Amino acid sequence: MASPAIALTDIVKRYGARAALDGVSLTVPAGQFVALVGASGSGKTTLLKTINRLVAPESGRIAIQGDDAAGQPAPQLRRGIGYVFQEIGLFPHLTVAENIAITPKLLAWDAARIARRVTDLLGLVDLPAEMAGRRPAELSGGQRQRVGVARALAAEPRVLLMDEPFGALDPVTREALGRDVRALHERLSLTTVMVTHDMAEAVLLADRIVVMKTGRLIAHGTPAELAHDADPEVAALMDAPRRQAERLRAKLGEGA
Amino acid sequence: MNERLAAAWTLLPDYLGWHVLLSASALVLGLAISLPLAVAASRSPRLRWPVLALAGLIQTIPSLALLALFYPLLLALSTLLKGVLGHGFSALGFLPSLLALTLYSMLPILRTATAGILGVDPAVREAADGVGMTPGQRLVQVELPLAMPVIMAGVRTAAVWTIGAATLSTPVGQTSLGNYIFAGLQTENWVSVLFGCAASAALALLVDQLLGLIELGAARRNRALTLVGAAGLAVGVVLALLPLVKIGQPASYVVGAKNFSEQYILAELMADRLEKAGAHVARKEDLGSAVAYRALAAGEIDAYVDYSGTLWANVLNRKDNPGRAAVLAGLTSELKKRDGVRVLGSLGFENAYAFAMKPERARALGVASLADLARQAPGLTLGSDLEFLSRPEWKAVDGAYGFRFKAQRSFQPTFMYRALAGGEADVISAFSSDGRISADRLVVLTDPKGALPPYDAVILISPKRADDARLIEALKPLVGSIGVEAMRAANFSVDRDRDKLSPGQAARALAKP
Repeated sequence: MASPAIALTDIVKRYGARAALDGVSLTVPAGQFVALVGASGSGKTTLLKTINRLVAPESGRIAIQGDDAAGQPAPQLRRGIGYVFQEIGLFPHLTVAENIAITPKLLAWDAARIARRVTDLLGLVDLPAEMAGRRPAELSGGQRQRVGVARALAAEPRVLLMDEPFGALDPVTREALGRDVRALHERLSLTTVMVTHDMAEAVLLADRIVVMKTGRLIAHGTPAELAHDADPEVAALMDAPRRQAERLRAKLGEGA
Repeated sequence: MNERLAAAWTLLPDYLGWHVLLSASALVLGLAISLPLAVAASRSPRLRWPVLALAGLIQTIPSLALLALFYPLLLALSTLLKGVLGHGFSALGFLPSLLALTLYSMLPILRTATAGILGVDPAVREAADGVGMTPGQRLVQVELPLAMPVIMAGVRTAAVWTIGAATLSTPVGQTSLGNYIFAGLQTENWVSVLFGCAASAALALLVDQLLGLIELGAARRNRALTLVGAAGLAVGVVLALLPLVKIGQPASYVVGAKNFSEQYILAELMADRLEKAGAHVARKEDLGSAVAYRALAAGEIDAYVDYSGTLWANVLNRKDNPGRAAVLAGLTSELKKRDGVRVLGSLGFENAYAFAMKPERARALGVASLADLARQAPGLTLGSDLEFLSRPEWKAVDGAYGFRFKAQRSFQPTFMYRALAGGEADVISAFSSDGRISADRLVVLTDPKGALPPYDAVILISPKRADDARLIEALKPLVGSIGVEAMRAANFSVDRDRDKLSPGQAARALAKP
């Protein structure tokens, strides 16, 4: 049997006396789209960052496609894992093309291959080719995050990590980009882990939802499974988007 | 006026070339030290405080003092090296100036570079880690480019400071635009002083503007602007340095001078004679009084004129006064034995410390001698030059007569005479060969107790040139050839307000029989 794309075992991370991660284990099979949800301070972003070692845990094991993540230097590990940042994190002094090309350059790809890859990626994330020479400051928020996704995918990673990637976008852009990312996930056979606080987004995009609370993993399963979870807290969480949708329908129905 | 301006212009290529070479080297060295330090300081809060505090402390040392401090330090190091390796290095001129200015340029660069690196958005820094950069790649590809506009602002400040402070390297023997200012101040050639200030200010402004282009280019991420600024700087430095390539050929003799008119004239006189003998001569002027002898003993200058009493007290540390002939004889044998320095002979006049008063004031108070002066001292103000009150001569004369002045004020020599004329001082520590004594018809007080040592002007030759036939032959005829009245007239022709001569012109006039 093939090893899982990501396997976290007994991860502990403390900030002073507070345990941000209190012995978390999580396995993500290859090809799955997982959403990490939970309240602010539940540890979901910390957990995401332990996967590419942006956060160093006190104890626990991390394996990526069966290989111990600690077995190689952190920068080298990160070059093989796509990462989309919450605050976009594009380099303001570089053009769109230079931003996308950054990881391939670190991996010393030849210039022609990098140029081809940048053109392909702009098409993949649905940005016009003439954007290549612009600076991030000249783009809209949605365009910037498309560049962020393109940059994360540039070095052809098998694993994509996303930290509240659509949080700062307007609802229309957010929905369109979410759909596009899900489509890319299918098309490139990625394993994707996405942190979000938006339950509707989690339900719509993810194959599996993982719920966290105060550094612990309290539930995981398909959206349908979690909707009937025995834990009333989890059930309430899952119920929120449905209630929201019902209220919306009622209000908009009244107006019609 | 135009003649003086023309004279200033002809000196510009040499002065400007050295000024640019010195400032640019100091700035490049300052950057090379400060940037890595700033990177380390931005990484470690424990290092940050002491580094910035130390740089700030250096900044509080007056720049002239910082320059002056490096001379004895380097001299000691050079002597040490000489003992260990067999040869030392020149402790005078370029090296002490470079080191002091480098230290001086560091603070603004350190401060802004540290702040600039710390000011990079943490999200961008995390993104750099996230895409797989090593800490070194993150620094070079992300943090430094983003901090560049802030760093460049610091470099601009450092450049303006360095170019301004480089004028102060003249007294430690480094040619710079400061030569205009120091020499002009001594000879009351205000055209020269203003020319030096204007040249240094114009240079600072130009460099600041070019660095500003680079800063703007970095801020707007416009490579063309940055390139224009950098190219402008590079072309400017190369153009300024071109004259030095020609001048850079080694001089066969170096003639030194301390920082006053008589010294400039005598240096020119000696240089003229050497050049007539076909030698190539370089001048090192405006040397501090104590610096000059050590520079000669170390072979950094080959010849200069000093005064027997100064050497007796300050070099041989003698406090007695056995009389003019005995002092001269003692010096000739002692300096030869101790340092290998050759006393070629006395020029024929004395430039002694002499207390001078306006004649009407002296008459009204009934003062003719230092003994009379001591009686009247409690009602009088003594004006002196900057060093007299800390010199052994003052201690000797004060010990002999027991002065109790109402007040003691120190002046730059030029202003000391002004103070006497204006009544701000009643008596001054003048110099007996000063042209202003005859010109202002001042009364020189007698010294009945013989407390003031003799000050015969003597030509000194460095140890390595002590038996240099061409040098000795060229300078020997000067011995015994200049009387005190001739020297006073030459000094006055340079110091007076109108129809001033340059030291070179005065030297040629003095050389005519």
